[in-house]
Amino acid sequence: MIRVMLIWLMLALPAQAEKVVAGLSEEDIGITASFDGSTVLLYGAVKRDAPEPPGRLGVIVTLEGPMQRVTVRRKSREFGIWVNTGKVVVPEAPSYYAVASSAPLERILPPALDALENISLPLAMRAFAGPLGESDTRPYAEALMRIREKAGVYQLTRNPVKLVQDTLFRADFELPANLIEGDYTARIFLLRDGNLIDRAERPIRVRRVGLERFTYMMSQDRPALYGLMSLALAVFAGWAASAAFRMLKR
Amino acid sequence: MQIYLPIAEISVNIFLLLGLGGLVGLLSGLFGVGGGFLITPLLFFIGIPPAVAVATGANQVVASSVSGVLAQFKRKAVDVPMGLVLMIGGLTGSGMGIYLFNLLTRLGQIDLAVQLSYVVFLGSIGALMLQESIRALRRTRRADAPRTKARSHNWIHRLPFKVKFRASGLYISVIPPVLVGMAVGVLAAIMGVGGGFIMVPAMIYLLGMPTKVVIGTSLFQILFVSAFTTLMHAITNQSVDVMLALLLIVGGVVGAQIGSQLGAKLKAEQLRILLALLVLAVAVKLGLDLLLMPGELYSLTTGVPR
Repeated sequence: MIRVMLIWLMLALPAQAEKVVAGLSEEDIGITASFDGSTVLLYGAVKRDAPEPPGRLGVIVTLEGPMQRVTVRRKSREFGIWVNTGKVVVPEAPSYYAVASSAPLERILPPALDALENISLPLAMRAFAGPLGESDTRPYAEALMRIREKAGVYQLTRNPVKLVQDTLFRADFELPANLIEGDYTARIFLLRDGNLIDRAERPIRVRRVGLERFTYMMSQDRPALYGLMSLALAVFAGWAASAAFRMLKR
Repeated sequence: MQIYLPIAEISVNIFLLLGLGGLVGLLSGLFGVGGGFLITPLLFFIGIPPAVAVATGANQVVASSVSGVLAQFKRKAVDVPMGLVLMIGGLTGSGMGIYLFNLLTRLGQIDLAVQLSYVVFLGSIGALMLQESIRALRRTRRADAPRTKARSHNWIHRLPFKVKFRASGLYISVIPPVLVGMAVGVLAAIMGVGGGFIMVPAMIYLLGMPTKVVIGTSLFQILFVSAFTTLMHAITNQSVDVMLALLLIVGGVVGAQIGSQLGAKLKAEQLRILLALLVLAVAVKLGLDLLLMPGELYSLTTGVPR
């Protein structure tokens, strides 16, 4: 009986001392024809049953897009012209990744936790995993990171987490215009002195809607019909142009 | 105002696309060319993925050749049997071109192949055109000097399967036109062009067709081959972006009208020199991209999202 109670205490007490609750300003994002990027606000609070324990509180929030298979190619000079010569296939890299934190990541995130949860960008990319055909894949993985950071789909330091009185926090994410549809996940990590206290996940659905969805689905599911429709549109536009031109001439 | 392109999966300024279509339409109205050879590289420059640029370029060529071929039919300037023979070659060539395109895409060399073919073809055609139009300009100054007649190629007349083409006034073997059509079909699939700039000289100098039916007949072939190419790209790669094509076509329609009115005010020789210089400029730009060290040595290709 005493043993059961002890186990219950050990499990319940430290884990339940502080909990994270979070919400998103938007859980469904529709890509319409006029889609020009979007901002997502993640807000949350630390729930406590007891007075705040000592130690420094840290909050890390990540937002991750659907995984993609990415082929990274490298050009080199052959016979005087620049040609793709080397390639590395990264089987899984997020199409979008942003990480925000209440203090610089390297100060609050211990490497062991990072390795476990894949929080920092190099680990989230899963691209430094090992050789994939090329003897040294590191430059390729770095290029992937560099190109995607430049394109604004990998964001590192731009948006810190604002933490108010160690209780309320918010993080803003900017989703670029060249967004890929799929299931996005926001992850929230609550740390105290480098130890993970609690974590939470919130999904965001990004979908094409309306005309965008219709054309995309058609091009994938009924490619022949889609091709014929494109042709019909082109033929009609070409015919209408010459007809209108003749009307104008008269 | 931005628009999200459903297949290219990027957001582009709507006026940039209308302007691009308009510019190319203006040039096609001005010079009587399809403009596919300009629209595809311009789409590369604004960041449209090459596969989408080539497939959508083919779709745009369909629109511009429809209005052209209708006008030519009214003038009875289309040799339909010859057009059909060229088309049979063109469809075969386009099929081979699509296969080659997909193979090169898998190997990661499609950008290089497209750029190289642009440099080679635009460079040589542009140089020839420039030389020819400078000579023509000198000739008009010297007042009607005798025009050199296209030489009849004896080996062409000895080939089998001879057919009579009444509108062209020719009795020749179907093999050379099939081969010309095939070569143009391969180029159409790989470069996203109509191929008129190759076919027109080949029809005049190789087949010996009269100039008055050349434009109409080549447009006839281009219409069917580019329609087939569009369809094949849509089916095998899902890379035709109808939204992008529509914007380019709308811009092109307006541009073509302005172009043809502007063209009536300029002299033909001056126009040809301008076109030659333009073609050479595109070739040089693409050539430099291959020769100079690129700013970013690495490039990314994404597969199917999971």
